[in-house]
Amino acid sequence: MKEIVEIRWHGRGGQGAKTASLLLADAAFNTGRYVQGFPEYGPERMGAPITAYNRISRERCTVHSNIYEPDYVVVVDETLLYAVDVTKGLSEEGAVIVNSDKKPEELRGSLHGYQGKICTVDAGRISEETLGKNFPNTPMLGAVVKVSGVIPEENFVKDMRQSFAHKFATKPQMIEGNMRALVKAMQEVLIG
Amino acid sequence: MGIRERLSGNEAVAYALKQINPDVMGAFPITPSTEIPQYFSQYVANGEVDTAFIPVESEHSALSACIGAEAAGARAVTATSSCGLALMWELLYVAASSRLPITLACVNRALSGPININNDHSDSMGARDSGWLQLYAETNQEAYDNMLQAMRIAEHPDVQLPVMVCQDGFITSHAIENIELVETDAVRAFAGQYRPEHSLLGPEPMSVGPYDVPAYYMEHKRHQAQGMINAKRVILDVAREFERMTGRGYGLIETCRMEDAECALVLIGSSAGTAKAAVERLRAAGKRVGLVKIRAFRPFPAEELAAALQNCGAVAVMDKCAGFSAAGGPLFAEVCAALYGAAPRPLLVSYTYGLGGRDVTVDSMERVFGELEETLRTGAAAEPCRWLDVRG
Repeated sequence: MKEIVEIRWHGRGGQGAKTASLLLADAAFNTGRYVQGFPEYGPERMGAPITAYNRISRERCTVHSNIYEPDYVVVVDETLLYAVDVTKGLSEEGAVIVNSDKKPEELRGSLHGYQGKICTVDAGRISEETLGKNFPNTPMLGAVVKVSGVIPEENFVKDMRQSFAHKFATKPQMIEGNMRALVKAMQEVLIG
Repeated sequence: MGIRERLSGNEAVAYALKQINPDVMGAFPITPSTEIPQYFSQYVANGEVDTAFIPVESEHSALSACIGAEAAGARAVTATSSCGLALMWELLYVAASSRLPITLACVNRALSGPININNDHSDSMGARDSGWLQLYAETNQEAYDNMLQAMRIAEHPDVQLPVMVCQDGFITSHAIENIELVETDAVRAFAGQYRPEHSLLGPEPMSVGPYDVPAYYMEHKRHQAQGMINAKRVILDVAREFERMTGRGYGLIETCRMEDAECALVLIGSSAGTAKAAVERLRAAGKRVGLVKIRAFRPFPAEELAAALQNCGAVAVMDKCAGFSAAGGPLFAEVCAALYGAAPRPLLVSYTYGLGGRDVTVDSMERVFGELEETLRTGAAAEPCRWLDVRG
């Protein structure tokens, strides 16, 4: 792992991109890393584009600014490709991971000439199959861990079971579905 | 001995309050401080604290409830931001002049208008002369640590003044980062109990806040001023005791690479961390740069700032508050005053930055150092009151 890995999340208000960034910070913290997980707040409206960020590092990072040159970008809603320049500043050594039922190459034309890796995962379908509803953030979390390797996969899966048990303490029926969504996304993500 | 955790700044402050277990919280929600009473009210509902939680209809009432409680001899706390702090204005002065050491978690947010929920320091800077102590935090850890120390400072018999424990809205309040917590038993032993010499429920009858006639008013103000003067020593005493418990040291200011710095920044809050990254980058390139972060803005560390800065060539004083004095921000004015008697003294430049959540980057801070270098080279600040990262 690099000394510091920076990740930017693009989603729409209500889809859970902020929650996913906080869960990723949790999981990375559990592997002994220094973490930052934070959303960028504006007028809060369901459906409006929102951004959230993660820094994951070996040493404490003192910087408190947004991330302009991320290593990875996660796009929780495919329609954002046509509203936001999601790959702006993205490292060509990194990857963009999009919630989409398309193959990675089909999206390249919509990414402003980005030359790095494009990954897709059908988070909507996975969520419907495992949770019965469209909650794409858990599958996207699985996909970004798989693609970035920022957390060892085995630790990650084990830790997330604990995180979900904590998060869904009053709704334990959600735990298994979320675990299936996470693992399925890690298996299915297409790396192009 | 510490407990490794990851918490947002708001979670950290709410957790500190849970550990302290104050007698009363009076609160009214406002972004971005809402989570503090929200989390705390859950602790109350779960029986994890025995605090009397008073949900009120406005911030004016929230601080009024705290004033009544504190005057009765209770340890009272509240939390607010921006317009909420503005609505407390009258009571801020009542609390301070009645010598009631209330603790207020201030999550800094721009004060209207136009309306904006994001961070700057215009809310608490406006209250800088209300008689409250003000401690500022760079990180969630510092927000937590300042809260643990706040009551000990405020309630000290030589101080007896209320305290604001400030952190940057969203930037630290809503960001999860690593933190080291203190065990609750140790916190309770450190924070102790509020035992005022006089209170409404004490053995002797008394009244709080009566009319003060010209024959006495000025003496009371002189005493109040002395409390603020004494607070400098008490802040350092409490910090030494806190360091013995946690290993984490605090002062009135924090210096970073100032030993031989030619150019330096003075700033408050989360952007100090971003500026530290700029300092390290420039030091690696051989530049003699450093920074001074202000932890205690009230009492103002004038002598400490003069000692830290007087050998610099050029200093940028950075205000996250416009000030509208037409002569630079409030921090700039006070740093200028602190250095007036120093010889030699540096060239001083005012920067207004980061208003209403305008992002502050490492590159921006490097640019300020670049401009300071130019100021130093020419020996004069062509434009002494500058705005950072603002479009014409």
